[in-house]
Amino acid sequence: MTNEKHHIVPYSTYAIILAALLLFTFLSVAITGIELGEFTVAGALLLATIKSYLVLTYFMHLKFDKAYIRIMVGFVFLVFLAVIIITFLDYYFR
Amino acid sequence: MQASSHIPHDVSYLEYKGKHNGLLSWILSTDHKRIGLLYMYSMMTLFLVGVVLGLAMKFELIAPGKTIMDAQDYNAVFTVHGVIMIFMIVVPGLPAVFGNFLLPIMIGAKDVAFPKLNLASWYVYIAGALLVIASLLFGDGSPDTGWTFYAPYSFKTGANMLPAIFGAFVLGFSSILTGLNFIVTIHRMRAPGMGWTKMPLFPWTLYGTAWIQLLATPVVGITLVLVALERIFGIGVFDPALGGDPILYQHLFWIYSHPAVYIMILPAMGAISEVIPTFSQKHVFGYKAIVASTMAIAFVGYFVWGHHMFTSGMSGTAQYTFSILTFLVAIPSAIKVFNWISTMYKGSINVQTPFYWAASFIFVFMIGGLSGLVLGALATDVYVHDTAFVVAHFHFIVFGGVGFAFFAAIHYWFPKMFGRMYDSLWANVGWIIFFIGFLALYSPMFYLGMQGMPRRYYDYLEQFHAANILSTLGSWVMTLGLVIIIINLFRSAKSGPIAGKNPWNGKTLEWTVPSPPPVENFETIPVYHEKDGPYEY
Ligand SMILES: [Cu+2]
Repeated sequence: MTNEKHHIVPYSTYAIILAALLLFTFLSVAITGIELGEFTVAGALLLATIKSYLVLTYFMHLKFDKAYIRIMVGFVFLVFLAVIIITFLDYYFR
Repeated sequence: MQASSHIPHDVSYLEYKGKHNGLLSWILSTDHKRIGLLYMYSMMTLFLVGVVLGLAMKFELIAPGKTIMDAQDYNAVFTVHGVIMIFMIVVPGLPAVFGNFLLPIMIGAKDVAFPKLNLASWYVYIAGALLVIASLLFGDGSPDTGWTFYAPYSFKTGANMLPAIFGAFVLGFSSILTGLNFIVTIHRMRAPGMGWTKMPLFPWTLYGTAWIQLLATPVVGITLVLVALERIFGIGVFDPALGGDPILYQHLFWIYSHPAVYIMILPAMGAISEVIPTFSQKHVFGYKAIVASTMAIAFVGYFVWGHHMFTSGMSGTAQYTFSILTFLVAIPSAIKVFNWISTMYKGSINVQTPFYWAASFIFVFMIGGLSGLVLGALATDVYVHDTAFVVAHFHFIVFGGVGFAFFAAIHYWFPKMFGRMYDSLWANVGWIIFFIGFLALYSPMFYLGMQGMPRRYYDYLEQFHAANILSTLGSWVMTLGLVIIIINLFRSAKSGPIAGKNPWNGKTLEWTVPSPPPVENFETIPVYHEKDGPYEY
């Protein structure tokens, strides 16, 4: 395990990401106050997706990992997205 | 990662004396082979409990009216039978037993990537199993919802739901840990030169399975947590009285539980894909097609869950979509069947016990699969939904598929696991009795379902009597076969004739190491060259 590169991420980056995550958490609470009708769920999911993207990229170091691992995670996101879309084929057309 | 150690190569994993003795040398072992056997013995114990419950149900149904139990007991018995068989036996079954034992050997590694995590997953499994069993013995009555824990009944029933739900949740963690371990093992620990297209098919199916375990299991975990919260706090996610949606429960449950069917069946197909080339002494037909169909099943299998909900009040658009997707997922399964048959074609077939099991697997799996088309089509599903037809269908798939593949696998790899050969006459006698009993037990249910006998009832109309008697008799014959098989294997593990390294002339890597394998499997890690492959006869 000697040939792997180690990235030192400055604390300031982590602090910025933390602030961003807190901001999005605040937003996802605030957005429930606005009447979005059928886009309520979509809005909540969008914010959650941005947050998990930040966590995966910086806190879990995907940004510095090999491409195939990023592809795997991206693929999982696509599966998840497809599952949600198919579920809403029921709710929107019921 | 695979630093050479001081463990001698001429001592088998069964004889090796580590730090501990006796039982401790098993339950504290991080050897993937011992963990595989730990899983096997725990599952066998639980399987016998499940079988006894199944026999009790069949005995109740030998005649209309109450025979040995009343309605509430019957509800509890089919629930616990389902929970044990699904969550503790067939979902973890082949990956935890044969995957653990064979995956590292088949890809030329000394162990899985995370041996301690592997042992931890067994403890998690035992903890989950104990929780479910506790729900039977303590508290206010056994769970009675069926293994699907459907809302709103699951948060309204007075029976002891929380331990059962929590147990299923914990069992899911065991599955996730095993899946994670296998993905990393397959990515990082294949022998030098073993590219993806040279990996044997059983590891390939474990790979597809591991992804499903990793991605789908958390969904059922969170769903069961929501049911628990609903029960304790009445949060109203599924309760229509509080603005919730009970159909949402069914979505969430089946988003996991349909892919779970592929957690069960993919490794079973993988085991069959190993047995058939070995006993045909021929290169597997269409290796790449089998691999592609494995991954296609794993992928498309995520998007078909709604076929369990055609009569639930789901939207028409969703119904059509799920029906089409369900028909699509049948294609890769059929591709595999054609590949197995083509592998046998012009092979020099060596008819031995594992081959009998594999051939009968194809037979029952086809019946199970084709009857699935009746359920996947909207119009016919409405007619047979929630009848005995469904019970027959999934027992042909789950028991006929996974169960037969499990027996094919155990008879195939037994000489490798224990270094001894079983008595093949008794093994074949056990197989034919089991096979006849199986058909007698489950085939009548197709007829009963078509005639309109609902499932999950302890009573029925007189017109269903004759077919139910046949089914109950079948359950006794099948159990007789099972007893013969198990006694034969147990006796042979102790006192069977010594089996050589490679009794079947197999070509995959596990047949290149001694039987039983040494602790670290390989003295030197094998290297695959350009011409090498898993099925070069
Ligand atoms: Cu399904």
